[in-house]
Amino acid sequence: MDNKTFFILLAVMAVSTYLVRAIPFAAFRKKITNRKVKAFFDYIPYTVLSAMTFPAILYSTDSVITASAGALTAVILAYRGRSLLIVAVGTCAAAFLVSLLLMFVPL
Amino acid sequence: MSFKYGFKSGLVIGSGYLSVSFSFGIMAVNSGLTWWQAVLISITCLTSAGQVAGVGIMAAGGGIIEMAVAQLVINLRYSLMAISLSQKTDKTMTLPARLIDAYVITDEIFGVASTQESVGFRYMTGLGILPIAGWTLGTFLGAVLGNILPAVVTSCLAIGIYGMFVAIVLPVCRQSKTISIICIIAVLLAVVFRYVPFLYAHVSSGFAIIICAVIAAFVGVLITPEDETQKEAADGQ
Repeated sequence: MDNKTFFILLAVMAVSTYLVRAIPFAAFRKKITNRKVKAFFDYIPYTVLSAMTFPAILYSTDSVITASAGALTAVILAYRGRSLLIVAVGTCAAAFLVSLLLMFVPL
Repeated sequence: MSFKYGFKSGLVIGSGYLSVSFSFGIMAVNSGLTWWQAVLISITCLTSAGQVAGVGIMAAGGGIIEMAVAQLVINLRYSLMAISLSQKTDKTMTLPARLIDAYVITDEIFGVASTQESVGFRYMTGLGILPIAGWTLGTFLGAVLGNILPAVVTSCLAIGIYGMFVAIVLPVCRQSKTISIICIIAVLLAVVFRYVPFLYAHVSSGFAIIICAVIAAFVGVLITPEDETQKEAADGQ
């Protein structure tokens, strides 16, 4: 791929990604007053994050076993109300510890 | 709602991005791009799934139309997030402010910003800085020294971002029965899209997320009693 083709495709990629975000963000200036529509958009963050997390979290490391250990740790820490940073670090640490364990104790 | 508060909140996202974009950098170079091309893609697009698909299209010698359609479909969820977020903005979110901050609407930044009562220009801009830095730096590092770090380390860094999602959603589920029900529905639908071979092969992950999220949120509206719509919605904020 020559540089010219790269820059054209890069521009198309960047502009379309930006417009998908900017048009609705700029267009919806007023608060939605319809209660049901408002409730719908208040629920969206949680349904989006839920759908994005599970089952994708199980395939986020190179083994389902280490990823499951991380996911379980995330659920326990989050359920206990720990901060975002603590949960994120704990999740990585659990996955890492289990992957070390798997290196020395092959199942 | 200061710039500084947003900036600090961006630290978790930024460090998570550092590891995720590290893998993107490796992948881009393996697909035949140079390190500076990978970095330019990351700094202009700031999106994970869209960039992976974009690099695939570039590597396959795809055209402009294919690129535009792929980005629209994969990133359409950002439109949904942008509308949801627009309902929380305060007066400092003028039109120019929106046009600037629209660039930083990503899954994770949206997730963190949604936890706020209201979102202002200073907060949102501050929140975006470390994620942009982390995303760009991670891409650079991955592209340049991707195969030096042990795989076991880079692989375990990538799960952190999901841990953060769990930390955002679970505490709210404990407080609202409706939200816990719709989150379970969203997960069950995502499981269907992941494990039914036909759906997995034909529905892109970005589109699957939109379908799951919209159906689950719609069910949420249906099961919320009329007089409680306002209360439940307020609980969710």
